[in-house]
Amino acid sequence: MNHLDKLENRSIHILREAYSEFNNLGMLWSIGKDSTVLLWLARKAFFGHVPIPLIHVDTNYKIPEMIEHRDRLAREWKLDMIYGQNTDALENKETFPDGNTTRLKCCKNLKTNALKNTLNGVWPRYRMNHDTKEYEIDKNREPFTGVIVGVRSDEEGSRSKERYFSPRDKNNDWDIGDQPPEFWNQYKTDFAPGTHVRIHPLLDWTELDIWEYIKRENIPMVSLYFDQGEGKRYRSLGCAPCTNPVDSTAKNVDEVIEELKTGKFSNIAERSGRAQDKEDGGGLEELRKDGYM
Amino acid sequence: MEHLNKQDENMNIVIVGHVDHGKSTIIGRLLADTNSLPEGKLEQVKETCRRNSKPFEYAFLLDALKDEQSQGITIDSARVFFNTKKRNYIIIDAPGHIEFLKNMVTGASRAESALLVIDANEGIKENSKRHGYMLSMLGIKQVSVLVNKMDLVDYDEDTYKNIVKEYTKFLEKIDIKPESFIPVSGMMGDAVASLSDNMPWYEGQTVLESLDNFKTKKEPENRPFRMPVQDVYKFTKDGDNRRIVAGNIESGKVSVGDEVVFYPSGKSSKVKSIEGFNREKTDTIGVGYATGFTLEEQIYIKRGELASIYNQKKPKVSSRIKTNLFWLGRKPMKKGKEYKFKVGTSKVIAKIEEITRVIDASDLSNAKKESIDRHDVAECILTLDKAIAFDEVTDIDKTSRFVIVDDYEIAGGGIIQKALEDDLSEVRDKVMLRNYKWEKSIITKEERAEKYNQKSSLILITGKEDVGKKPLAKTLEKKLFNDGKIVYFLGIGNLLYGVDADIKATSNNNKEEHLRRLAEVANIILDSGSILIVTAVGLTKENLDTIKTSIDTENIQTVWVGDEVTTNIPVDIQITDTNSLEAESNRIKGLLQKEGIIFKPW
Repeated sequence: MNHLDKLENRSIHILREAYSEFNNLGMLWSIGKDSTVLLWLARKAFFGHVPIPLIHVDTNYKIPEMIEHRDRLAREWKLDMIYGQNTDALENKETFPDGNTTRLKCCKNLKTNALKNTLNGVWPRYRMNHDTKEYEIDKNREPFTGVIVGVRSDEEGSRSKERYFSPRDKNNDWDIGDQPPEFWNQYKTDFAPGTHVRIHPLLDWTELDIWEYIKRENIPMVSLYFDQGEGKRYRSLGCAPCTNPVDSTAKNVDEVIEELKTGKFSNIAERSGRAQDKEDGGGLEELRKDGYM
Repeated sequence: MEHLNKQDENMNIVIVGHVDHGKSTIIGRLLADTNSLPEGKLEQVKETCRRNSKPFEYAFLLDALKDEQSQGITIDSARVFFNTKKRNYIIIDAPGHIEFLKNMVTGASRAESALLVIDANEGIKENSKRHGYMLSMLGIKQVSVLVNKMDLVDYDEDTYKNIVKEYTKFLEKIDIKPESFIPVSGMMGDAVASLSDNMPWYEGQTVLESLDNFKTKKEPENRPFRMPVQDVYKFTKDGDNRRIVAGNIESGKVSVGDEVVFYPSGKSSKVKSIEGFNREKTDTIGVGYATGFTLEEQIYIKRGELASIYNQKKPKVSSRIKTNLFWLGRKPMKKGKEYKFKVGTSKVIAKIEEITRVIDASDLSNAKKESIDRHDVAECILTLDKAIAFDEVTDIDKTSRFVIVDDYEIAGGGIIQKALEDDLSEVRDKVMLRNYKWEKSIITKEERAEKYNQKSSLILITGKEDVGKKPLAKTLEKKLFNDGKIVYFLGIGNLLYGVDADIKATSNNNKEEHLRRLAEVANIILDSGSILIVTAVGLTKENLDTIKTSIDTENIQTVWVGDEVTTNIPVDIQITDTNSLEAESNRIKGLLQKEGIIFKPW
């Protein structure tokens, strides 16, 4: 059993535990490489099916190709696809691209708040109807009590402090200094009413593991991750106005793996193309305490 | 399965030891000596120290890396990465953290081997022993002991030898044979990457050599097969008719054609196929894999059962166990309190029956205590509300490990040393054998439920004598029958002169056997998909446990007839007024609807 097998088996175990232990379980899908690997692992865990709804927070500023990719796979793989968004903020133009807020405030409006209110069912959710292939307002407004998220601990400081099953309290707060122990494939699956649990099956994976697994399994990836001849590619995907590509001529999965192995990026953070991380020092940790993924 | 043999180039290690004995310094030195640091980092930290007139310490390097972790991947706050020619290492560590033990347990449970650091100057301290003991409980057998800060004792061989002698004695008691003892100085670098002229008397391994000499665990496949059932999946809605028993294999291997037996139920069938998505078709799969298989026959099994193979060593089944556990919860573990108990995929309620002894992990001395405090290690007997399947630690350690949940959080963990006898052992043995020998239908439980539009269910009507149990049962039977339900009323008296004819005359102490037979008959009727109504006098909680052990459904409703419940049986509905049989039957019917046994029209 090699390194990728070990990672895969542990992640599958975690996904199955989550599926068995949580009644209202959802999985966040950002269309990026990590959460797409997560989605693939779910197909592995459930023998080709994905019995867990996928939740996408649509900021309306995602790179259009990402939405196309999302809906194509949703139809092809018969995914139970849900999206939510902050329509108020968009209508009132309380966004960074409209010039009315900072990047961080924009993230809070379009992602954090949209996510919180999509998960708790306060704002409308849109669910794909596979008969019509279109989205409809979802009648089910039950809050999600378990949320599967594709974060990895090597991505960025605050993510490294997570457990596989990390509790969040009523206010989505997260006490980093005092986390429950987690051992022997036993996880926190009991939670007080009103709280929920974030589940992180990819915690042990590195950026290189992700790409090697994408290659091994031949997982379809949005083409933004590859150079289209302009000497640039995205290493991490977000909203168009706040995400910059890196200099790279890697045109396919093999070349991305080669590039990572040369150590070209070993001193550059994976999310360095994500402008909101830098805006005020501990940007992401603050956002994450607030519920950002 | 050829790909299984590929050398795994990664190893997780954990570094433990008393506070300030130099764990961070060792890590910093390992990073520096394996050239795992970002370029110029070491010089930069040294320069900062010089400017602030602080002596340089490798631990500062670690702090500096943590501050800047967003810039690279050498370190994150839970893990440190470095590599030797032989393999990549991941140190799982949280040095200096106030919640160290919680994090250490979390980290160590993911590690294959450990470095245990002891300060040569301070000698063996409380946590040197406590951490050693925890490693042993967590099942980490590959340990190297680093006697650190040798520079502070002038590289004195006798000081080193005394620590080795004393600590070896301690490790023997907890069944750890260290791979090596190494005298080192993390600060000066002696014996970390190369042997040192300061200690000509030491000719053993360096720290890096001892790491490279650790073996990556290859789990043997020739042990008994064990797979805790995570779930049974069927995705019939998506047009998939497979019914797949899924789980991670904890021990051994399984092949198509093997006869698997599930415990605690004792049910069995042959493996028809091994399933997977986007993986090569295989007829055999072994330890470590998250897998699933289909069965030749349709048997009803649930999450929480432990799959094994007939003819191999059987797992134990009991509701009383002798354990060795450690407690991490803020509130002490107390007698009389109920805790959630999880082993494999089964989850039950546990209570302390007896605390045999509380062991001081730092000197292995015993104390008799009434509760188990935070960071205590204790030997105790636990009683579970239901029998579960597991192994004793000396047989298969992985399936002997459990955790205890208090107040929604994992608060303790331990290993099962021994399965003890419980009151239901005899009944259960008969049930497991009966299930094993059961002649299976090709119609599944779910198919019957769908066809009959009801779930099979047992309604137990009990109370004192002559309070109107039978009239109520008969009214309820007729009501459900008129609704088109498959329902049957069985008074316990109906068994006495037939099924129980042989034991009726000997009477007296045969209540247990009467009950067992009642439950066996009930089991057959329930297996047919029926709703069964049984009346019996004065049933207790213990009687209910016997019945539950024998029947194959969770759907049991208890009805007490009478003004006062005079036994300890948990009651779903109490009926005090038997004048209105119609109304009371409707109440029971409402309960069945609420429980989803029968359909509730809009």
